Amino acid sequence: MTTTYGPLAIWAVVAVVGLATFAIRHSFVYLFGRIDGVPPRIERALRFVPAAVLAALVAPEVVDPGATLAATVLDDRFLAGAVAAVVAWYTENMFATIAVGLGALWLIGAVI
Amino acid sequence: MLPEDLLAGVRAAVPSLLGLVPFGLVAGVAAVNAGLSPAQAIGLSAIVFAGAAQLAVVDLLSRDAPLAVVVVTAVVINLRMAMYSASIAPYFRSLRRRWAAVSSFLLTDVSYALSIAEFTDDSGTDRLWYYLGVAGAIWTVWQLTTVAGVLLGTGIPESWGVDFAVPLVFLTLLVSDVSDRPRLVAALVGGSVAVVGAAWPLNLGLVGGALAGVVAGVAADGRDR
Repeated sequence: MTTTYGPLAIWAVVAVVGLATFAIRHSFVYLFGRIDGVPPRIERALRFVPAAVLAALVAPEVVDPGATLAATVLDDRFLAGAVAAVVAWYTENMFATIAVGLGALWLIGAVI
Repeated sequence: MLPEDLLAGVRAAVPSLLGLVPFGLVAGVAAVNAGLSPAQAIGLSAIVFAGAAQLAVVDLLSRDAPLAVVVVTAVVINLRMAMYSASIAPYFRSLRRRWAAVSSFLLTDVSYALSIAEFTDDSGTDRLWYYLGVAGAIWTVWQLTTVAGVLLGTGIPESWGVDFAVPLVFLTLLVSDVSDRPRLVAALVGGSVAVVGAAWPLNLGLVGGALAGVVAGVAADGRDR
């Protein structure tokens, strides 16, 4: 489908979404630049943001809950993700993890 | 002469750039297919610079959704960046305001994840140069692939599964970040909530998972003391 909105409306959306997105990105950078130090409790919580966010980004891409545990585990993306996780753990190498993960996905897709 | 730390940032970004290529192509293709002009499609990538939100905007525009719905949806999808902003802000405190603003503009999932990993290692890297290397490389590739997508009008076949490279980038970063028990708890809870909430509207599964993970990590940290 194509939009029936005119150029003015579309550019307005680009500008407003762009401004709002910048405001979100800059919010705490702006704030912390003006206060003395980050409160220790906040700093403590922030240490867990990477692990929590990264897991929340990854998990839905590799775990697609099926009717049974077997259906969930015997999924091409889950298996490829598990193989890639092992490679990531032992090598901590991003290229190796991507190469093995994609290779495993293709291989498993060809078998299943 | 380019500063060494800038190049180090670009090098660190290279693997994730491979994952970005199909994503950027899709963003360009989807925008022109939805009826945006090439200039509008490229403007969206250059100004908003947030793939998931861009795809949602384009999808909603193609269905002639109310403009308020388009804007609110994009804002909610991008709310996760407030967490990145808070997490990385302590490392940006020493920057001049102009550079802090530029750095904020370039903040994405990948630039955040790669830079925070480097900053917490505290290896003496010049943070601004390193960050600009990572984030600038990502911005540049995002624009080039969007333009390519606009020109091509067709994407890489979905059956190739190259989009799977993006979660693999995050997976590598996750595995190296989980260095103690509280972080493991944060990851397990965050991932579980995100899976349960995968079908929730407006990407709330991601935001909810991240928040639940942080709370769980703090709780586990308190117990361990």
